[in-house]
Amino acid sequence: MKHERMKWITLVFALGAIMMLGACKKKVAPPPPPPPPPPAAPTASISANPTTIDKGSSTTLTWQTTNATDVSIDGIGAVQPSGSQSLNPTDSTTYTLTAKGPGGTQTATTRVTVNQPPPPPPPPAAGPSEEELFAQNVKDIYFDYDKYDVRADQQAALQADIAFLKQHPNVRFTIEGHCDERGSTEYNLALGQNRSDAVKNALVNGGISTANITSTSLGKEKPFCTESNEQCWQMNRVDHFVYQK
Amino acid sequence: MFPSASNVNMPHAQRRNQPSHFALLLVLLLIFVPFVHAQDWIRTGTGLGVEKIRLAVPDFKTGGTDAQSAVLVKVFNDTLWNDLNRAGIFDMDSKSFYPLGAVGTPADVNFSAWSSAPVNAALLAFGNMSVTGSNMTVQGWLYDVKNVTSPQVLGKQYQDAATEQESRITAHKFADEIIFRLGGGIPGIAESKIFFVHGGDGHKEIWGMDYDGANPHAITHLGTFSLSPRVSPDGSRVAFSSYTKTGWEILMYSLDLNRLVAFPKFGGTNLSPSWSPDGTKIAFSSSRSGDPEIYLADSSGANLKRLTNSKGPDVSPVWNRKTGSQIAWVSGRTGLPQIYTMESDGTNIQRITDQGYAVSPAWSPNGQFLVFAWTRRYGPGQPGGEDLYIMDIVSKQFVQLTHDAGRNDFPSWSPDGRHIVFQSTRSGSEQIWSMLADGTQQMQLTFSGSNTQPNWSWQ
Repeated sequence: MKHERMKWITLVFALGAIMMLGACKKKVAPPPPPPPPPPAAPTASISANPTTIDKGSSTTLTWQTTNATDVSIDGIGAVQPSGSQSLNPTDSTTYTLTAKGPGGTQTATTRVTVNQPPPPPPPPAAGPSEEELFAQNVKDIYFDYDKYDVRADQQAALQADIAFLKQHPNVRFTIEGHCDERGSTEYNLALGQNRSDAVKNALVNGGISTANITSTSLGKEKPFCTESNEQCWQMNRVDHFVYQK
Repeated sequence: MFPSASNVNMPHAQRRNQPSHFALLLVLLLIFVPFVHAQDWIRTGTGLGVEKIRLAVPDFKTGGTDAQSAVLVKVFNDTLWNDLNRAGIFDMDSKSFYPLGAVGTPADVNFSAWSSAPVNAALLAFGNMSVTGSNMTVQGWLYDVKNVTSPQVLGKQYQDAATEQESRITAHKFADEIIFRLGGGIPGIAESKIFFVHGGDGHKEIWGMDYDGANPHAITHLGTFSLSPRVSPDGSRVAFSSYTKTGWEILMYSLDLNRLVAFPKFGGTNLSPSWSPDGTKIAFSSSRSGDPEIYLADSSGANLKRLTNSKGPDVSPVWNRKTGSQIAWVSGRTGLPQIYTMESDGTNIQRITDQGYAVSPAWSPNGQFLVFAWTRRYGPGQPGGEDLYIMDIVSKQFVQLTHDAGRNDFPSWSPDGRHIVFQSTRSGSEQIWSMLADGTQQMQLTFSGSNTQPNWSWQ
């Protein structure tokens, strides 16, 4: 009987020891130290006013940061944490504000658009201008001495002129009638006018608007060639087309 | 026996001695008819008629020995001599035959020395100049040296500023007095002006000068082509044609105001204005209808009226200066340009020239003659408008005035009808020349740049 009791005591003791061991273990592990309060993250903002400028004018960048120790703007360098600066960029530019601080890094961007002046020559892709096409395609009409009718060998040039001018119905131009050096100043001016009016009439009959045509005479006042031979005279007996801008 | 004077080159003096040629006689009449009347004006019967008057003009005397007096009296003497020599009515006695001793006053005149050989003068023009400070006094006399008892034909005194310009003007005035009295009462031309086109800088401007080529000066500064100056009969305005931004327009320049004055722009090409002899109308060429035609307008430009209606160039109208009722002009209606006449209302069109290339008519002050530029025997490659011809408008007889001397164009008559001014290339460039209306005494008036389209004032 005595033996039975011992078993119970041992069991209880053992159980108690186990339980105590378990309890003791928990109490021995130290609580972790509290982490330091995390530093505040930086903030950054940047704006440009105006955001669109013409080339040559200026814009003002304005920025604010907080919690930053190191503030810079691309292309400008280190700057004060907050501030403003006038700039005149020559090309469209994106400005990136970078604010670095113990709490991290923050960036902000703004874009300034610079309007470039229109390039003076038309882009080569546009092809020759109307004036250049006029000069290339409209052919002068030549005449015989003391004559103002369009002779047979000039009809092809005349028809080509009509075809071009029909394709370019808004072109305005002057027909200058010229004469060679022979003969008298006043008569040649009148003859030159007959020449320019002859071609003007032919163009109008061909469907060209009379409102686009000015006919005038330069007689022998403005020769293209100044030698006294038939080759030169023929160059000067001409209706010369001048594009009106 | 004699070849026709119209197509032969012989000495002018020889040509004048062909009494058989009717057209030549007409010209001679034009030149010398005044002398018939001249006998009413002076009391000498000698030295008149068809023969030129023998005139002696010794240098005017000056009391001053200073340089200014010497310059002024030289300008005076040169100008007076040239005026009388160019007048075409005097046989100027050579100075080398003159008696010794200056002739400054009537007391200095040795009548027999002047009237006898070798001088044989009929008339003696003489005088003196004195310069006092800035003033100059000229006394001048014209003596009939064969009329010892009553020799004085003319006595004049002039006072002016002592400048070369005034000295020249005074000489012109005295010359004109002599010519007026000995030239049949027709005023002299020594004070007349010539308007013309001066070029050479890439543009052409209207210029003016004295009748003898002195004092050339710019009138317009438009920087374009300005052509065909035509002075009004009263000498107050010059109409011309100018290449403006809107083409050839008639412009009007006031010589009184020294600026352009308003004149309408008609549109088209407007050329070659011409004044009616009463100064109230202007004829010109306009292509406003699409073909160059002759138009008529008031001198203000109002009341525009078209006179011709023919395809081809119609240009260069000129009025009959005597009647004002006819207009001569140039038309290319049949091909090469020819001279035509019509009434000033556009009726009664007559073709005047029968062949060749005829342009630039000018009507004589007496209404009898046209002078114009003509290439009679026109051929391919030949330049037109080469020589000047004078034509009796009724008989259509003509005489050639220039021969083998460049291209000659744009003749214009002097107010007295005895001279013609024109342009010629004979010197190698286009310059202005003058001659007597019979083709003699051709002399160059301009020398630098190009000078064309002379127009002689009406008085």
